[in-house]
Amino acid sequence: MNVTVTPPKLAVVGTRPIRPDGVDKVTGRANYGADYKVAGMLHGKILRSPHAHARIVSIDTKRAEALKGVKAVITGKDFPLLGDMELPMGEAAMNVGHISENCIARDKALYQGHAIAAVAATTVAIAEEALELIDVVYEVLPHVLDVEAAMAPDAPLLHEKMLTKGVTPPAEKPSNVAMFMRLARGDAAKAIDASDVIVEGRYDTAAVHQGYIEPHACVCTYGADGQVVVWSSSQGQFMVRSLTSVIAGIDQADIKAIPAEIGGGFGGKTLVYLEPLATILSKKSGRAVKMVMSRDEVFRASGPTSSSVMTVRAGATKDGKFTGFELDLRFAAGAYPGSPVFAALMAGLAHYELTDFAIDAYDVVTNTPKVAAYRAPGAPISTFAVESAIDDLAIKLGMDPIALRVKNGVKDGSLATYGVTFSDIGFHETLESIRNHEHYSAPLGPNQGRGVAAGYWFNAGGESSANIAINEDGTATVVSGCPDIGGSRASMAIMAAEVLGLPIEKVRCTVADTTAIAYSGLTGGSRVTVSTGAAVVKAANDIVEQLKGRAAITWDVPVDQVEWSNGAAICLSGDQKGEKLSLADLAYRFGRTGGPVANQASVNLHGIGPGFAVHLCDVEVDPETGGVTVLRYTAAQDVGRAIHASYVEGQMQGGAAQGIGWALNEEYIFDTDGKMENPGFLDYRMPVASDLPMIDTIMIEVPCRNTPFGAKGVGEVPIVPPLAAVANAVRAAIGKRPHSLPLSPPRLHALMANGH
Amino acid sequence: MSKQHITCTINGDATEFLVEPGITLLDALRDELGLTGAKEGCGSGDCGACSVMMDGRLICSCLALGVEAEGRRIETIEGMAVNGELHPLQQKFLEHAALQCGFCTPGLLVAAKALLETNPSPTETETRYWLAGNLCRCTGYDKIIRAVMDAAAELRQERSAA
Repeated sequence: MNVTVTPPKLAVVGTRPIRPDGVDKVTGRANYGADYKVAGMLHGKILRSPHAHARIVSIDTKRAEALKGVKAVITGKDFPLLGDMELPMGEAAMNVGHISENCIARDKALYQGHAIAAVAATTVAIAEEALELIDVVYEVLPHVLDVEAAMAPDAPLLHEKMLTKGVTPPAEKPSNVAMFMRLARGDAAKAIDASDVIVEGRYDTAAVHQGYIEPHACVCTYGADGQVVVWSSSQGQFMVRSLTSVIAGIDQADIKAIPAEIGGGFGGKTLVYLEPLATILSKKSGRAVKMVMSRDEVFRASGPTSSSVMTVRAGATKDGKFTGFELDLRFAAGAYPGSPVFAALMAGLAHYELTDFAIDAYDVVTNTPKVAAYRAPGAPISTFAVESAIDDLAIKLGMDPIALRVKNGVKDGSLATYGVTFSDIGFHETLESIRNHEHYSAPLGPNQGRGVAAGYWFNAGGESSANIAINEDGTATVVSGCPDIGGSRASMAIMAAEVLGLPIEKVRCTVADTTAIAYSGLTGGSRVTVSTGAAVVKAANDIVEQLKGRAAITWDVPVDQVEWSNGAAICLSGDQKGEKLSLADLAYRFGRTGGPVANQASVNLHGIGPGFAVHLCDVEVDPETGGVTVLRYTAAQDVGRAIHASYVEGQMQGGAAQGIGWALNEEYIFDTDGKMENPGFLDYRMPVASDLPMIDTIMIEVPCRNTPFGAKGVGEVPIVPPLAAVANAVRAAIGKRPHSLPLSPPRLHALMANGH
Repeated sequence: MSKQHITCTINGDATEFLVEPGITLLDALRDELGLTGAKEGCGSGDCGACSVMMDGRLICSCLALGVEAEGRRIETIEGMAVNGELHPLQQKFLEHAALQCGFCTPGLLVAAKALLETNPSPTETETRYWLAGNLCRCTGYDKIIRAVMDAAAELRQERSAA
């Protein structure tokens, strides 16, 4: 059962129309990354390191180049050296030097699967054959696969000159710790020591992959004039353009990046792997080059999120007020710095009022694939530790777990741990909606348990652009600069229809390439509905003003004597008082009233509302096997305002399902040589339909004052609570606290048998 | 290696194509025939994005060879809507918002159609187990299962009315 707690109704916002790109996607007509084809195109393949850590002594490509059908072979030497170069990407920065070296190794291979060289040939089979003819001499080095090994004294170093940033006094000796950060207020240790109840624990989580079903794919053409066209599946055509520009050394004006339909991303397509290689292969061969990763390559060489080791200590008074929290977070970044540990540090305790806390965070490089963003990056991990500790506090206090969270939860005016003061937030409403839900008090059977957990995510705003044009027949075309992963064309069309007063069927939305619209940030950070939506609303408002002007010309009245209502201009004075001109009437006269009516709007949106989610989970644990069945699941979330209610629910359900997979089954398993042992969907076990129950949703609508219609980003926060919600349910079922994810049957069986 | 000449029926049309013996049916459909509705998510039969029907049987086209199509009847997502009219499953997927990115959708629709041809009244559990070979990472399956059950109900109604 899905529940919505709703503010007053609008005409189109909050309804559930069929998405404009829907028919293409149910008929097989939609074109994804691998569906593009160019006449005479070549096929590119990548040679990958068989070693987790090795110095590249030499690469000899002569035998590969001599193979019939091979048109180009490239190595790291074909790319400019960028070092530690940072590239602005909205308000954040990406280290494009690292992304470049991750695309193709220079002097060292840093993980098994790291790209070493690439070939373009007339067929995939010839390209694959050519890879075997590339002679690479490696000096194999000792490797480290997790944070504990990487932080051990005398651990082998991935980056021999890397000094830890953020420590005082400054680090003098290189290590695998890229950066340290501490976020603290008051005196946490003292506050905890003085508490009525104290809990502590060590937690760890395995690396998991975003698991999008579509492997990375692109087609690139490098023209003889140096102009490049890139078709690719990504979370941002502008990101593809800027990274390809810097990594391949091409001006942005010479790159047209065309967004394909994207088959899932979840953060994993917020950087490039293939596009710069295909571009340089195309430059060398003079032919278009297509590259498509295999699933094996997706697992071995594209971004999982971090594995982690954490400790938490927390205290509370006997009536349930949190006294203090100490948290230590150590995240594996993979081959290059940049784990989401600092987001985890800021998000982990952001939803509680605390005067005394200390959070330490370590970003640690390891000989594993470079991590990429994964839905609310870092927050599910730290929240697993925090919300498990809070569950322990509730048990020790004998207190209802929701009541404990209500007692400490942030509200409007609360100061977040990371320094912002909250406004327009609905955390308490979200908590209460779960407490009041019938699920919360439904009876449970033997070996069953119920868990609850809350979670927080910042959400992003930032730069976005949108075009709206009124067509000659009075329909409207909306153009977005952000790839549509989960229905954003529908939400853009809804918002434009709402402002213009058109029925939704009269508004269509498309996603444009980088030459057809101004810069827009990534489809990520739960930002498209609010930021691109704000651009759409701004453009639509401008168009309404233009249309009122056209009506004023037609009626020969001052523009302030024209009102816009339900998709039509109404004359307020003069001879035509009370007359109406519909959008179609006005469009018919555009040629006589001043020409086409269109607008491009760009925004840089600030003050967006964060996301709060509370999840409730029932499990049954098989006492013989340690297998866990999720029996029932309810997800509540403050969504601000649901623009397309079904796709908001879909985000909540999908996030919960991914979190359940993370909690129960998914993990990167490495052998002692650092080779991933389960790089396929059979052994890397993502949830399938028979693993899950229906996922009920409760949408709480506490509007944000700075966003279109009060909407808040909804895509990420639903993956934040499930790890802890599932673990807390398992704790309730077996009476022992799980500390280690995933809760796979062997691990849980050992916990039940041995207590650890 | 020289290409083989294959004659088969695809979505009701007599079709001929040339394919190397080592090429999968999925690649033959996508690269030789331009039918890109079936997708490769894994290439190992684990994700179901490449689901098609061969002689009325649901298969992963990444696990069959193109040459195996010889003399067979192949149905793909491109043949599901007839004369521009969506199949009830396609319509229900749209109404229930049972897709987000849409990449797994063609495979799920082909598999769901095969289910309803075998079992017109599947329970939720039967639907979940039948579709367990089709991975979806976006939706958590909730709306997919509802859409399939709803389409089944509508098809039953159509049949009893007919």
